[in-house]
Amino acid sequence: MTTTIRAASPALATAPPPARRPGARHRNRRLVTLLFLGPAVLYLLLFYGYPVVQNVVMGFQHYTISTFFTGEAPWAGLDNYREVVGSPLFRTALLNTVLFTVGSIAGQFVLGLAVAVFFRRRFPLSGFLRSLILLPWLIPLIAASAVWKWILDTESGALNRVLVGTGLVDTGVPWLSSTSLALVTVIAVNVWIGIPFNAVILHGGLQGIPDELYEAGALDGATRWRAFRHITWPMLRPVVTVVLVLGVVYTLKVLDIILGLTGGGPANATQTLATQSYQLSFATFDFGQGAAVSNILIVISLIFAAVYLRLNRRAVDE
Amino acid sequence: MSTVRHPWLHTAAGIAVLAVLLFPIYWMVNASLQPNGATVDTSWLPLSPDLSGYRTALADQGANLVTSLVVAVGSVALSLLIAVPAAYALAQFRLRWAGPVLFGILISQMIPGIVIANALYGAYADLGLLNSIPGLILADSTAGIPFAILICRAFMQSLPPAVVEAALVDGAGPVRAFVSVVLPISRNALITAGLFTFLFTWSDFLFALTLTTTEDVRPVTLGIYTYLGAYVNDWSAVMATAVLASVPAIVLLVVAQKYVAAGATGGAVK
Repeated sequence: MTTTIRAASPALATAPPPARRPGARHRNRRLVTLLFLGPAVLYLLLFYGYPVVQNVVMGFQHYTISTFFTGEAPWAGLDNYREVVGSPLFRTALLNTVLFTVGSIAGQFVLGLAVAVFFRRRFPLSGFLRSLILLPWLIPLIAASAVWKWILDTESGALNRVLVGTGLVDTGVPWLSSTSLALVTVIAVNVWIGIPFNAVILHGGLQGIPDELYEAGALDGATRWRAFRHITWPMLRPVVTVVLVLGVVYTLKVLDIILGLTGGGPANATQTLATQSYQLSFATFDFGQGAAVSNILIVISLIFAAVYLRLNRRAVDE
Repeated sequence: MSTVRHPWLHTAAGIAVLAVLLFPIYWMVNASLQPNGATVDTSWLPLSPDLSGYRTALADQGANLVTSLVVAVGSVALSLLIAVPAAYALAQFRLRWAGPVLFGILISQMIPGIVIANALYGAYADLGLLNSIPGLILADSTAGIPFAILICRAFMQSLPPAVVEAALVDGAGPVRAFVSVVLPISRNALITAGLFTFLFTWSDFLFALTLTTTEDVRPVTLGIYTYLGAYVNDWSAVMATAVLASVPAIVLLVVAQKYVAAGATGGAVK
């Protein structure tokens, strides 16, 4: 690790022990840097660097359950990728990943923004109510999945009891057990989970827009929708970027909710790249193919972030 | 924009929005207080609360709750120990490598957890770290450490250099100055970082699922999942476990809310 100090901070520069030679001081500084930053860099290399490299390598290997006994993982070339991409399941998983991500982000963002705009106004109890919005975000995802699984239960779930009780439907809707509904249901649950995060961050962004802008805008006839379109939206842009990029990156790798609600079923209707990678590695113990799928997931995530950040920079420059 | 004509109408609308958003949480608590096995007609209100769900939950999941707690506390300690000095170095030392290290941390946020789990499973199997508390603490800190570095660095960048200089002039070494001056000032940032690390680790599911294979070391998140895996015939116990798994995170955040607000905005305000 080469953590040399380019220009010492004022703090360190003004505090040389008077009697020491410059060489000793330099060495000392290097030691202090190593002491402060070394453990973190080492940890990140071991728990992020190594897994990424290892996944790339495993993607080219026949790395299966027998590898754990023999210690041998024969070179596979592109076999894993060919097999994974060639299987019909891959197209389903890829499409589901896109639908799940786009649907979740769109829903979370629009509803989160609506909540944030609503709570920008001051009214009795607004502060208290706003702080309660965070609650769904605080419970562990797997606990939230359990609750929703019970609410959405076909026979005796709360939702179907209301729908049947009010006569809207005749028999319980199979929210999670129908191949045509399961993905939409899982997206809806994920939207519910994401609303608090979106609302809180966007609310913070809205608070940063000075009231004078709206007052000046109102003089020019910009109220309500036009004020939102011409004042709120442009001013909110940096915060929107953060929320969307983080949202997509986190949604792409969601596992808890899908495994908890449907396990990827019924008949792979809710299988995404993340759940497929999990099942290849930890259910069929083909770590080579699991790694191949997860590598594809990393690439998608990086491409999205790069494209979005570039597009956004261009839009801001113009 | 910030004042409204019919304030109480807005309050009513706000309560309506929250009622919809928070219904699942109400339902979790309500269902946890129903008698065992009464799955067919869960009553809408817990008029005659029954604690048998909690008794089953504690009997089944008590040990798992303790495991989760130990892992979460361990991960908070490890994350702060590693991340806080690094955040200070990145904020104040003016290192040539600060840029690349920070960029690496940001990129790390795009790495799916399943990638880490894929690779760690093999490594852990060789090292004997599967089904162990230290193994889980190390893996779970992948969420806390980058986050804690980012939060604490943002705060420490705003520290006036004069504060540390004063200590150094008084003859303290850089380590002593860090411990006795920087850390106390950064209290809010440390609490924020520690709190979120706890939250991440406590609710971790992926590493619990992939890096444990027996019941000896099993976090409560995995306990809930194993409940869900089979046909569920006792929802009150599942919901009671979900409530128990939610309480620590909620209590902690409510108690520490004022520090978090100060810690999160501290970097921007100063």
